[in-house]
Amino acid sequence: MNTLHVHLQPAHAGTLESSDAFVRVMPNDQAGVEIVLESSVAEIYGDAIEALVLQTVLSMNVDRVKVTVQDKGALDFVIKARVQTALLRALGVNEPDWSTL
Amino acid sequence: MKDIEKYVNPKALTPSNAPFFRYEEKRKGEERRAKLCLSIEEAIYRSGLKDGMTISFHHAFRGGDLLLNNVMNVIAKMGFKNLTLASSSLASVHDPLIEHIQNGVVTQIYTSGLRSKLGEAISKGLMQKPVQIHSHGGRVHLLQSGELHIDVAFLGVPISDEFGNANGYSGRSKCGSLGYAMMDAHYADYVVVLSESLEAYPNVPASLHQDQVDAIVVVDEVGDPSKIGAGETRMTTNPKELLLASHTAKVIEHSGLFQEGFSIQTGTGGASLATTVFLSERMEEKGIKASFGLGGITGTMVYMLKRGLIKNLLDVQSFDEFAAKSLGENKNHIEISANEYANPSSKGASIKQLDIVVLSALEVDVAFNVNVITGSKGLLRGASGGHSDTAAEAKLSIIVAPLTRGRIPTVTKRVNTVVTPGESVDVLVTDQGIAVNPKNRELKERLQKAGLHVVDIHTLYERAIALCGEPAQIAYTDKIVAVIRYRDGSIIDVVRQLA
Repeated sequence: MNTLHVHLQPAHAGTLESSDAFVRVMPNDQAGVEIVLESSVAEIYGDAIEALVLQTVLSMNVDRVKVTVQDKGALDFVIKARVQTALLRALGVNEPDWSTL
Repeated sequence: MKDIEKYVNPKALTPSNAPFFRYEEKRKGEERRAKLCLSIEEAIYRSGLKDGMTISFHHAFRGGDLLLNNVMNVIAKMGFKNLTLASSSLASVHDPLIEHIQNGVVTQIYTSGLRSKLGEAISKGLMQKPVQIHSHGGRVHLLQSGELHIDVAFLGVPISDEFGNANGYSGRSKCGSLGYAMMDAHYADYVVVLSESLEAYPNVPASLHQDQVDAIVVVDEVGDPSKIGAGETRMTTNPKELLLASHTAKVIEHSGLFQEGFSIQTGTGGASLATTVFLSERMEEKGIKASFGLGGITGTMVYMLKRGLIKNLLDVQSFDEFAAKSLGENKNHIEISANEYANPSSKGASIKQLDIVVLSALEVDVAFNVNVITGSKGLLRGASGGHSDTAAEAKLSIIVAPLTRGRIPTVTKRVNTVVTPGESVDVLVTDQGIAVNPKNRELKERLQKAGLHVVDIHTLYERAIALCGEPAQIAYTDKIVAVIRYRDGSIIDVVRQLA
């Protein structure tokens, strides 16, 4: 997939339940990926979560995006799925290419 | 007379010279109420409290305690500074102490537990001197050894008479056993009883006795009994905790100790409480009765007593209203002091007769060391309690904890803080396997033979990390904010200030 230059719509995925994460995606004027993380386990997993979010966004070739994650102690696969879903919604993709996710 | 004078002071032979025999000294009953003070201020004034002294409280009201904050406010208003606070433990309700520490009223703390905002503030460097964290048995040892000397004890009770005979199982705000307060009454130089109600003399049987009490203040409220059972003593409906409880009951059943006349203590924590319920079913099926239940007593233990599944309850602290009420009603529900419960240097601590203890944990490491005082982020948020006391003395010490709590691994490479050394732990029960301390080979064989899911503790650790990821190291400064005292008074670990 090449970097998509389509216009992003604001979108979100997930919940604020314990062991879940609420992820919001917004278009951003600046190039790159801006991540804002709020986590109940920030002291011990904050860096790992930010790296995961960044890697997930980059692997979907999305640029000029602000990703806000409110994490309630979710495991990695949950955070990854919430970020992917929020991005797919923001991109207006209804039929994702599952093999790339 | 002459021959007697050789042995005794002749002046002592004349009764009329002794003040207690002079008619004018008789105040016709007034002195019978002489211990009564009109206010907390008056009691503090009479106690001779001075800056730098040590004051104490008991924690039988747990999260429902109203007394400590009230007394501390009066002490602060009277202008005292530099006091050592030796409460047998502290709960979330005691967060207002932060202000008294900031203002220099309290400069040193001895306690079993620290939680909530107070624990957080101390973890972040609120106090100059580190807090001394002791176990329940260890506190009595510190009192006995003289390291901890209480100048004035303030002991809240629901009921007392005008001479200081007090108990915790009648009156309005029942806290049940006064097992910890008994030690303060015994060791303190000056004992103030703060009672919600005044009973006619003699209020017997008494837990705190007239010959221990110097002053009595009647106060509106000492505690909120509905909150004694709040916090750690809730009954669970959480399926993970019920699974843990069911595994634990099976470990007990196949431990080799589950036979007529066995004895048991369960700590607080959902799984530990639910274990007693599952165990009751097994006991009824097999027709086995326990000789005694020990420690902090819960409503579920009282239920077992009433059904004849346990013959005696030895109660140092009543964990809920049901236990508090039962203490006054059931003759086989016995109040014991902290010295009789767990002091390592006591002539007889009941834990030395104990077969099985079920304990919870914030963290357990691969060497079976247990942390019950600091959370995953290094904050003080728990209590030493009777954990290390019972683990050391019971024949079988079982730690029950979920493998992970949310994303936080419970099984770690090395616990943040050691409260109970791994040498005294026999088995760890998690929702994803049971790990037996390699020292206890016989237990491992028994549990394997019974078909239980026995795994190596390193396997549990690896599984926890596979799920959660390796947690980052918590950053600390060099400053020590708390010293963890083992039950014999030695230092087993320290807690440092968060960076």
